[in-house]
Amino acid sequence: MEEFANLAHGFSVAFTLPNLGFMLIGITLGVLIGVLPGLGGANGIAILLPLTFSMNPTSAIIMLSCIYWGALFGGAITSILFNIPGEPWSVATTFDGHPMAQQGRAAQALTAAFTSSFVGAVFAVILITFLAPWLAKFALKFGPAEFFAVQLLTFCSFVGMSKEPAAKVIAAMMLGFALAAVGLDSVTGTLRMTFGSTELLKGFDFLIAVIGLFGIGEILLTMEEGLAFKGKSAKISPKVVLQTWVEIGRYWKTFLRSTAIGCWMGITPGGATPASFMSYGMARRTAKNPQGFGKGEIEGVIAPETAAHAAGTSALLPMLTLGIPGSPTAAVLLGGLLIWGLQPGPMLFVEQKDFVWGLIASMYLGNIVGLIIVLTTVPWWASILRIPFSVIAPVIIVICAIGAYTVNNSMFDVVMMMVFGVVGYLFKKLQYPLAPLVLALVLGDMAEASFRQAMLLSGGSLAIFWSNPLVGSIAGLAIVLLLWPLWGALKSRVRAQEATA
Amino acid sequence: MNESESSGASVGTRWPELIVAALLVAISVLVIKDSLRVGIGWADDGPRSGYFPFYIGLLLLVSSGWVLLKQLWRWRAADPEFAERGQIGLVISMLIPMLVYLGLIFGLGIYVASAVLIGYFMFRHGKYGAALTLPVAFGVPLAFFLVFERWFLVPLPKGPLERLLGF
Repeated sequence: MEEFANLAHGFSVAFTLPNLGFMLIGITLGVLIGVLPGLGGANGIAILLPLTFSMNPTSAIIMLSCIYWGALFGGAITSILFNIPGEPWSVATTFDGHPMAQQGRAAQALTAAFTSSFVGAVFAVILITFLAPWLAKFALKFGPAEFFAVQLLTFCSFVGMSKEPAAKVIAAMMLGFALAAVGLDSVTGTLRMTFGSTELLKGFDFLIAVIGLFGIGEILLTMEEGLAFKGKSAKISPKVVLQTWVEIGRYWKTFLRSTAIGCWMGITPGGATPASFMSYGMARRTAKNPQGFGKGEIEGVIAPETAAHAAGTSALLPMLTLGIPGSPTAAVLLGGLLIWGLQPGPMLFVEQKDFVWGLIASMYLGNIVGLIIVLTTVPWWASILRIPFSVIAPVIIVICAIGAYTVNNSMFDVVMMMVFGVVGYLFKKLQYPLAPLVLALVLGDMAEASFRQAMLLSGGSLAIFWSNPLVGSIAGLAIVLLLWPLWGALKSRVRAQEATA
Repeated sequence: MNESESSGASVGTRWPELIVAALLVAISVLVIKDSLRVGIGWADDGPRSGYFPFYIGLLLLVSSGWVLLKQLWRWRAADPEFAERGQIGLVISMLIPMLVYLGLIFGLGIYVASAVLIGYFMFRHGKYGAALTLPVAFGVPLAFFLVFERWFLVPLPKGPLERLLGF
């Protein structure tokens, strides 16, 4: 097969001493970025992008993509130990990861999370290696209607699978969409909901919302419980790692399903965050004891982590083959490629073989290096926990403020971040889910653009979402998921009647 | 938000729930009003700017209105606890320094403001002595200064002190 020859060539490019060094630096920086709640994969890479301009493009993208892998790994550490998701895609990891840490099984949770991430990523890279041409052709058939149907599916699955009241899920989601719509409408050039303010012109950045809702919101919640910081410590010994590996081997079905969801969501620009939630929801739905979920079920760590990493990795596939980024971080990497004078798209595979296959080979190597680094250095990252809350709380506030400021170099963003922090606290106390809000804010513009394009194609008729088998089945599945809670309520009511009769 | 008829020790969810739902309803009205302003119909080149947000606003109005009405409907029902009064006090004792910190960033730059914030917390909540408080309060912003201004070359808000030192 031609792919093997190409891949072997790629390894010869990536497996050089300087490139391995860049991998190490990238992973370490990435984990640091992932652990700090204010810095994320996307803006961490954005900050570091200027540093790589003097490097050759292959080494530069290897380092930047390794920062990305590192951030994916690092997000799991804070989610499990601190209950603060360092990244939006690790929100689902907190559901079961943190309860496990509270029960003293932090090492198992971390090992499961890292291993799942690794498995998800490796499957996704294998997919990129062999299925790139075929899947690129498939995604080329996607029109705006198909894109919107996929996004609809994501949002409907939230309503169907959340523990929170459906009205509150929808309210939080719609608030996210409304915030995403603020600013300049890129299609017509009209200003929307800016109310004459220049700060609102560029709209709300989802990073600001994430930093505020999760970073500041969590600090306020922690403060409410007194000064006891809920973080858990972790020591990972080789014995625990091996035991956990044996234990999670039983969940091979979860691995396969989560990888499939992740790859699908990564390639169709659903992204890592919805992939992790969908995968978590599916795992809970199919599990033997769904009641255990949310209370420290190891499967609840495996499912979102595998899917998030598979999605995060496979998001690079459409970015490389079509020039369409599958995630915000992939979009930043795309910007880097353009600055280095490389035009992403099918021609990249023909003209820049060294670069493309060097990058793909570095994905294999980078994830192996990453797994080893995080497994061996977790006690060091977790030692942040021994610092008392009265010291770490103001430092996290400072990092959040810096993180919010650096997104757009604007003080207005820092003020908004604090507002989002208070909103996060109130929403959490009143059982409004935060994840749909953030997701709607991230995907809002994309969803709106594809909806409008679909409407343009059909002349305003919703029938376009049933116009062919592909879009029809996606849209149909979305409706099923949306109505799932009604079906459940109906079933239990019928059962109750039968019981009384 | 701490007005509640329940016994002094705790605050119920009744008022917070009502206020948040009312705020969301207000936001939805803003969204709908502004969408109507920019146009929710079709222009020659396709849907107008308000086309999509209008329905978003409508859905927000329906969902938050539902929460609001349900809360009013069950006004006399049992009121679950939102938080204890002491807890609310702790949250406010966190919120006020955060707001002061925001104000200080505008005036003094982020580094000096961060030193003040960290120092205040360690001294007030951690009950640390000056021997530990001062090095941490000054060391952390200094480390951030080196990382961001020197290493990442990302300029952060600076104030009179940095200007005095020539940055």
